[in-house]
Amino acid sequence: MAKGMRDIKRQIKSIQSTKQITKAMEMVAAAKLRRAEEQAQAARPYADKLKEVVASIASGTKGITHPMLVKRPVKKTGYLVITSDRGLAGGYNANVLRMVTQTIRERHRSNDEFVLFVIGRKGRDYFRRRGLPIVAEVTEVPDAPTFADVKTIAYKAVKYFEEEQYDELNLFYNQFVNALTQVPTEKRLLPLEDDGTDTHTHAPTAAYEFEPSPEVVLEHLLPKYAETLIFSAVLDAKASEFGAKMTAMGSATKNASDMISGLTLTYNRARQAAITQEISEIVAGANAQG
Amino acid sequence: MSTFLLEIVTPERKVFAQEVDMVSVKGVEGDLGILAGHIPMVTPLDIAPMKIKFGGQEHWIAVHGGFVEVRKDKVVVLAESAELPENIDVERAKAAKARAEQRIAMAERSKQDHVDFRRAEVSLHRAITRIKVSERG
Repeated sequence: MAKGMRDIKRQIKSIQSTKQITKAMEMVAAAKLRRAEEQAQAARPYADKLKEVVASIASGTKGITHPMLVKRPVKKTGYLVITSDRGLAGGYNANVLRMVTQTIRERHRSNDEFVLFVIGRKGRDYFRRRGLPIVAEVTEVPDAPTFADVKTIAYKAVKYFEEEQYDELNLFYNQFVNALTQVPTEKRLLPLEDDGTDTHTHAPTAAYEFEPSPEVVLEHLLPKYAETLIFSAVLDAKASEFGAKMTAMGSATKNASDMISGLTLTYNRARQAAITQEISEIVAGANAQG
Repeated sequence: MSTFLLEIVTPERKVFAQEVDMVSVKGVEGDLGILAGHIPMVTPLDIAPMKIKFGGQEHWIAVHGGFVEVRKDKVVVLAESAELPENIDVERAKAAKARAEQRIAMAERSKQDHVDFRRAEVSLHRAITRIKVSERG
């Protein structure tokens, strides 16, 4: 019996230290989540402004076209997938990767019909194992990404579209709803959708002059706009990552507590049983002598 | 002298927002001075120092590409990055300048690789802009 007790004690101790770790990770994720949210907030004015200018060009001038606004027949598709570098974030990576795999299986019959851009080690390893065509990848994006961290891959993704290497570009990432909920989302990035909804809200704010010409301005502006959309998706995904991590580590901590209390109960019972047995042995011995 | 609101916004944050008297930027078509009441316009910007006047003083900000949008009520600069003089690391900028010059010299000698050449050129521009801004600021 004493040996069983020692085993239980050892188990409790090991769970205790795991719990300490998960608890710490939960708190770190919570702090990082707050910062990531702030950053996503701070990035919003830039994206909104760009959108506003694009919309005002679209509404103010007629008959301008740009390759990035034109829908082409889709022969090949680009997918940009945002995952994390590290695991221990619950279903964060699995959810988005499953969605990508499913979509690809539904839409394409061979690997020549699409290309992948991957951000994050988890996604890269996943697609590499399956032998899917990855054209560009970025890993080790810092917790507080700067525009420069994402620019290379965003630039490539936009440029290949312009060069007609593929005819649409879709974005897969975990959209941040709140700390508990992250929704894997597919978003059409290119060609830029001219849905007309945002032009209504601030329609004739000002008739701008464009220097040197609306076409040139648009030519500069649209790639930037697309890159910015990618950047804000990355920020959103980062916030989701920390949200998912926080939730996962929170429930791990809770499970550890439950296990510890269960084991403590078993331990105390075993101890009580051992004491009882010892007493009855002593009593029996005394009786035999007397 | 009437003033107007100037905002400098980058993907990471709002760098600057203040009432100013005058802004002078370098557009792709040339230098452009903007006073209050300027006609609404949009133009892409070059990598160059940007001059701002307010409170009777001149201030410089390093703006790396992007756009200026002039509206009736305010002027907005959208740049990929923008740096105030006190945030610039001059030593790093100087090192970057030397590196870029070296790369340009190399690219010229080999007479190929336009991408490398253009990249070096852009980073040279950036470095020079940073150095200028920090000297004047």
